[in-house]
Order: sequence, then structure tokens, then C-alpha cells
Amino acid sequence: MAAEREPPPLGDGKPTDFEDLEDGEDLFTSTVSTLESSPSSPEPASLPAEDISANSNGPKPTEVVLDDDREDLFAEATEEVSLDSPEREPILSSEPSPAVTPVTPTTLIAPRIESKSMSAPVIFDRSREEIEEEANGDIFDIEIGVSDPEKVGDGMNAYMAYRVTTKTSLSMFSKSEFSVKRRFSDFLGLHSKLASKYLHVGYIVPPAPEKSIGMTKVKVGKEDSSSTEFVEKRRAALERYLQRTVKHPTLLQDPDLRQFLESSELPRAVNTQALSGAGILRMVNKAADAVNKMTIKMNESDAWFEEKQQQFENLDQQLRKLHVSVEALVCHRKELSANTAAFAKSAAMLGNSEDHTALSRALSQLAEVEEKIDQLHQEQAFADFYMFSELLSDYIRLIAAVKGVFDHRMKCWQKWEDAQITLLKKREAEAKMMVANKPDKIQQAKNEIREWEAKVQQGERDFEQISKTIRKEVGRFEKERVKDFKTVIIKYLESLVQTQQQLIKYWEAFLPEAKAIA
Amino acid sequence: MRACAGPRLGAAMMEGLDDGPDFLSEEDRGLKAINVDLQSDAALQVDISDALSERDKVKFTVHTKSSLPNFKQNEFSVVRQHEEFIWLHDSFVENEDYAGYIIPPAPPRPDFDASREKLQKLGEGEGSMTKEEFTKMKQELEAEYLAIFKKTVAMHEVFLCRVAAHPILRRDLNFHVFLEYNQDLSVRGKNKKEKLEDFFKNMVKSADGVIVSGVKDVDDFFEHERTFLLEYHNRVKDASAKSDRMTRSHKSAADDYNRIGSSLYALGTQDSTDICKFFLKVSELFDKTRKIEARVSADEDLKLSDLLKYYLRESQAAKDLLYRRSRSLVDYENANKALDKARAKNKDVLQAETSQQLCCQKFEKISESAKQELIDFKTRRVAAFRKNLVELAELELKHAKGNLQLLQNCLAVLNGDT
Repeated sequence: MAAEREPPPLGDGKPTDFEDLEDGEDLFTSTVSTLESSPSSPEPASLPAEDISANSNGPKPTEVVLDDDREDLFAEATEEVSLDSPEREPILSSEPSPAVTPVTPTTLIAPRIESKSMSAPVIFDRSREEIEEEANGDIFDIEIGVSDPEKVGDGMNAYMAYRVTTKTSLSMFSKSEFSVKRRFSDFLGLHSKLASKYLHVGYIVPPAPEKSIGMTKVKVGKEDSSSTEFVEKRRAALERYLQRTVKHPTLLQDPDLRQFLESSELPRAVNTQALSGAGILRMVNKAADAVNKMTIKMNESDAWFEEKQQQFENLDQQLRKLHVSVEALVCHRKELSANTAAFAKSAAMLGNSEDHTALSRALSQLAEVEEKIDQLHQEQAFADFYMFSELLSDYIRLIAAVKGVFDHRMKCWQKWEDAQITLLKKREAEAKMMVANKPDKIQQAKNEIREWEAKVQQGERDFEQISKTIRKEVGRFEKERVKDFKTVIIKYLESLVQTQQQLIKYWEAFLPEAKAIA
Repeated sequence: MRACAGPRLGAAMMEGLDDGPDFLSEEDRGLKAINVDLQSDAALQVDISDALSERDKVKFTVHTKSSLPNFKQNEFSVVRQHEEFIWLHDSFVENEDYAGYIIPPAPPRPDFDASREKLQKLGEGEGSMTKEEFTKMKQELEAEYLAIFKKTVAMHEVFLCRVAAHPILRRDLNFHVFLEYNQDLSVRGKNKKEKLEDFFKNMVKSADGVIVSGVKDVDDFFEHERTFLLEYHNRVKDASAKSDRMTRSHKSAADDYNRIGSSLYALGTQDSTDICKFFLKVSELFDKTRKIEARVSADEDLKLSDLLKYYLRESQAAKDLLYRRSRSLVDYENANKALDKARAKNKDVLQAETSQQLCCQKFEKISESAKQELIDFKTRRVAAFRKNLVELAELELKHAKGNLQLLQNCLAVLNGDT
């Protein structure tokens, strides 16, 4: 999964890339093109995929009958459910799950693993429950690329359009490879829809990249290097966002997501603007939520949740601290690059004025070496940022989403609790009526009691459902997190290796020059 | 804090022996010989064998070995402070007899303020960081302090060695007093009045320098040297400043590695998943690689920044020599004119003749020795640059290879685990 998130590959171990980049070529356009063409190279030679293919000759789709009861729950539990998609997969679990059904690994056709993913193998002939409990069969044959940022329009209405390319062999999509143009607010719109459908029932919906309020229009308009950097940062963030979203088995099934990836025209999501009415409403709601959270006193019967919340709290703090240090590193590395460039120029000047010929030449060589090293530092700074720093900031935001999910569970509990209290009140009211002997009011009271009994039951079911979902989600999240960190950090270390190898080359070339001073 | 500045002048540097990433051992060996090829002469050998840093001053133990008859003993030591070095330097500058020589530049004042401030800040902030972090940073700052200390010792030593190696200056009486007189020389630093006098003197000198430099030199050699030195001095100044900035950025980045390592360690000890081991290993890597990066920065500082700084000062001293020569040329020409006038008026001719002769002698003496000095300067410069650039390249290679190995080992372990 990290494979798709690699704007500056630092040559990926191929020295030739370095030479290309030294000429001041735009790092990212070349990167993007390699991204499009290379990652899907089906060479899982070293990967466990081989084992899977041996075990099974392709998926065996198993039929499952939809439980009618569950349909009702769907209707109540969610706002938007489209149950008419012809490619809706059978339900994986025997438990009610809101919104759309999750995909089973059994429907995958040919498990092509991306060259750098470290997914676990899927075993097709296990029962669906087992697979679900393991939350392990996560091979998703879908690759997303976000590329070719293009300015559309002029003046105040100009915006950046990004090409979203999907390569997949999943049958739910009509084609195996397709691309569409999307703008930033489209992504935000997608997230907003997914969040509204899934967050409150316990799914960890990956957060969308952040907005920079007010500045974006300015940045898109300009054509200088800082806006290029900004666009690239955004492009990479959007790509990672989509990749995370499609990795989620439930979200992958969502029709809004599919529409986002597939359809050529998308209705504009205007409510995503930060300063719009909807935006302000969101902010107000967030504040209200924060206040509410503080007043809910939940009786936590399940220690697991308390423990997990604490763990995530700790993790959040640690990641933030680390992020600060890494950001400082990026800053200093950029500074180092600038200072090295300045020194290189100065050394060249010094070499020019030196009147001893051999020394003069050596100084010029030194200047050249330092210039090349400056390039190296720049590239390393990119790696520092795009691999390490962005990973951390992504996870800081993801953990916020996780915390949000825990909060929703609390709210769910509160709702159940409230229903129980109301039921009690209704029962008391009924008892009073009995005493006062008012037959018509008694009937009404009995009706209300039935209504609230149902609500209490629903509340309990909802709470148990969300608790269950959260457990599953957290398990999945933790696995992903571990994988993610390992992959990205290893890649980052490899970038450091590259830098050192180049340094060695440069200084080895310089040494004889220095020795030649006579 | 004491430190031994042991390395002898001209001794070969065995850089390649160091295996472990020990921050300090490079300092022990690497500080020496910004100037190369100073004849280490049995007749007179000077070094700083010990140094002690007290609150705001540094006491250097100057150790001399000499077979010259001028000294009472063959081997002896005295304790000197920075102000006494400056006194000695100034006495050379003010001595008319030495006008024709490049006076070795004075060592810069020991400056521990920045380092002390940092140590103090660390002490104040002790409560806000973990014990490991505190110990790490303390070690780092102490190493920095030690490095600055060793550098200042080396600078003072180089000054003395240059004097000792100079055929004329080594015979200077003040120098011998400096080396031998084992009481306090009672040279106080300049008071306000004297500093003001100095300031005016410098202003006059620069103004004069401008006037004097307008006089075109008949001698091609000196004309070339003047143009060369002027440009060279400016460019060395620029290069020295930029090199400084570069080295400091490098150090900042290395410090960041330190903090990243600490954070990763914290993550590793607290994480609930099996990524703990992973984080701990990466944390270890960052700690080790940071040491190497710090060494890179320190070595660049020594071999590049210090080299440039030294030649900034030397080229200034060479410029001063040229100025003195031009000054004496102007004096000579003025004396000639005065003589002509005197002869025309037939008044005070003898006086004018003597004066003219003196000026002529002075000018010729300066010119002769200046020529040799400038040639020597070039030789020294080329040799010093060669030595330092070669050592710089070798050290950079060594560190890059060390780093590479660290990284590759770590990656092997990490990939093996996952």
C-alpha cells in the first residue's frame, strides 16, 4: 500500500534516476509517470501470493442469503443505503452491519499483489466467519493513482483538477482501468458522505487531507515553486487518502466511493467550503460535541475500550512529539541544502581568485561536489517530508478519527441510557394512570411503553453493534498501522542509504583531485 | 575543565584508525596543523601542553624545549592567558624592524559564552524532559564545550609555533620573555582609552591604506600580489562565513536525529503492538547515525571552516605587510621630493639626504623580505589547503561508509524480522 504513496522515489535504487534529477528536472512529474506505469508490475515472485495461487485456483464465490430482518435494521441505522447495486456482494458476517455489505475476499479474481505491499495471503476455503474474525484477508486488487494536477479556469474561479486513475480487476467496477478528473472539494465531499454514513456506527473513516483556509485560491493561481510544492503536497495527500479509503473493505463497497472513482461528472460538493454556511455549522457542531463529550459519564463495562482509548491517547501524544522533531529535521535539511549551495558558489569564486593553478582547480572541483551534495540534501529533505513526516501527520489525523469513533460509541450508549430512563418514566406514568383509573390514558401509556421498549431494545442492539464494529475496526487499524509504519520507515531508511551511497561516489571522485594539488 | 592538547607540530595524522563512532577522538587528532610544513626545529620547540578553563578565562601552559643559549634551561613551562598572547602579537606589529614580515595572526579570544548559555538553559529545563533525554543532551553539550576548548588551545598553539618557526621572529626578546618569564607578565587588556586609540589608529590606517593603494607599483610581483590578495581576502571571508553556516546547519540536522531517536524510543517502549521491536531498532539506528552526522559536521568545521578562517586572518596579515611596504614606498618618494626641494633651496640638504637614505633602506629591506614572505605564504597556503582538503575528503568518505554500513545492517535486521 505504501507503494502507491511514493512521490520522490530517489531513484528507487537506480542511479540513473539521480542523473536525471540532477538536471533540475521536476522531481514529481517523472515520479508520477513511473507511478502510473511501474507499480502494477505483477511480480509477486518474492511474495506470499505464490502460496495462495497454489492453494486455490481462484476464488470460490459462496452464496449467502440476505436475512430479511437485517434489511430493517439497515433502513433504520443508516441514512443512505443503496441496495440496488447489481454487484452487491453477499454479507460476510452473520451480524447486522449497517449500510452496504462488505466484500468477501472470495470474490476477488486474481489476487495480484502490488510489488511493495506486504499483505497476508488469503485462504479461500475458510468459512466466512473465520475470515471475518481474523480480519486478515485483506488483499484488494485495486490501485489508485492521483496525478496530473491541472489548473482549470481563470482568475478567482480557477481551481486545480487532479486525475484519479483506478486500476482494478474487481468485478464491481465496470472497467478494469479508468480515470476521471476531480477537484479538491470533490474529495472533501466524498469524505463528508462516507463520514456521515459510517462514522457514527463505528467505522474508522480515513480523514481527508486538510484544507488551508483562504490560501488555496491564492496558491493555485500562482505559478512559482512554493505553489508547485503545495500542489504536490496536496496531490500526494489525496492519493494516500484514496488508497487508505479503498483499503477499507466496507468503504470499498460504498456506491458513493464507486461513483467518485468512476463517473465522469460529479455534482459539486459546495458544503465543503470551510467558510460556507455548512462549514460554519460543522464547526459549531464540533464544539457542541466537545462539550457533550465532557458531560457524558459512561459506565464502562468493557475494560477493553478503556484500555484502547488510553493507548490511543498515548500513541497520539508520542506521534505528535515525533512529528515535531521530523518537521524540524525537514526544515534544517532544507537550510543545509541552501547553505551548501551558497558555500559551493563561494568556493567556486575562491577557486577563481586562487593563483596557484592546481589548488584553483581543486577548489573548483570542491565547489562542484558541494553543489551535487546540495542536490542530495534537497532530495533527502523531500524524502524526510513525504515519507516520514506525512506518514506521521496522516496517522495523527487517523487517530483523531479513531477517537471520534469511540466518542460515537459513548453517544450511542447515552442514547440507549436515555431511552431506558424514558421507558422508566413511561412505566411510572402508566402506574399512575392505573391508580387514577383513566382507561383511554392507560391505553396511550401502554402504547408509549411498547414504543419505548422497542427503542430500548434498539438502543442496546445499536450499542452492541457499534462496540463490535469498533473492536473489529481497531483490530484492522492496528494491523494496518503496523504494516504502514514498517513499510514506510523501511523505505525512508532506504532513501538514507541512497544518499550515503551518492556521497561516497562524490567524495571518491574528489579525493584524487585534492591529492593532485602540487 | 582540563584538556591536553598533545599533538605535536607536523606530526602525521593517522585518521583512519578510529573504528567506533566516538565523538571526541577525532578532536584529539584532528585539530592540529592548520599550517603545515613548519620546520620543527630542535633549536626551538613550543607547544601548549595543558590548559585550564576557569570561570571566564583560560590558562594555557606554554611548554618550551630549546637548545638555544638564550634560555636558562633546556625545557620549561609557564602559564599564560589570552591577553598575554595579544600583547606579544601587538608588540610584533608595532615593531618597525618587523615591518617586512607577515606577522602571524593573533589567536581569537576564547569564546565559551554560547556554550555556557546552552548548558545553563539545559539545567533550567531539566524538569521538562525525561532522564534519558537530559543525559543525552548534557553529553552533547559537554562535548561541544570540549570541542570549542580544544579549538582555542589549538589556535593559540599555532600562533606560537608560527613565531617559533620564523627565522627572525623567533629571536625576538619579548617572545623569549613570554616563553620563559614565569611570573605574570602584568599585561592587562587594553582599557577604554587605549581601545579608542586603537579604533582611531585603524581608521587612519584604512584611510591611509586607500590612499596608499592608489599608488601603482612599479614592481610587477607586488602589483600582482596586491590585486590578488585583495580579491582573495574578500573571497576567503565569504567562503569562511558560508562554510560556517553550512557546518552549523549540519549540526542542527544531527541534533534533530537525536530527538527523533528519543521519540522513537518512547514509541517503542509504549506501543501495544509488535511494532515495538521495530521502533526500538530504528531508534537505536538514529542514535548511532546521529553520532556520525555530528562527526561529519565537526570534521567539516575543522578541515574547512577553520582552514578558511585561518587564511582569512593570514591574508589580512599579508595585506598589512603590503600596506606597510606601500607606506614605506610613499615615504621614500616623499623623502626624494623633500631632498630635491632641499637641494634646490640649498637648505638642510644633509638632513634631507640622511632622511632619504633611511627611507630608501627601509623600503628596500621591506621589499626584499616581503617578497620572500609572500612566496612562503603561498607555499604554506597551498600545502595547508592540500592537506585539509585531502583529509576532509577522506573523513567524509569514512563517515559516509560508516553510515551506510549502519543503515544497511539495520535494514537487514528489520527486513529479516518482518
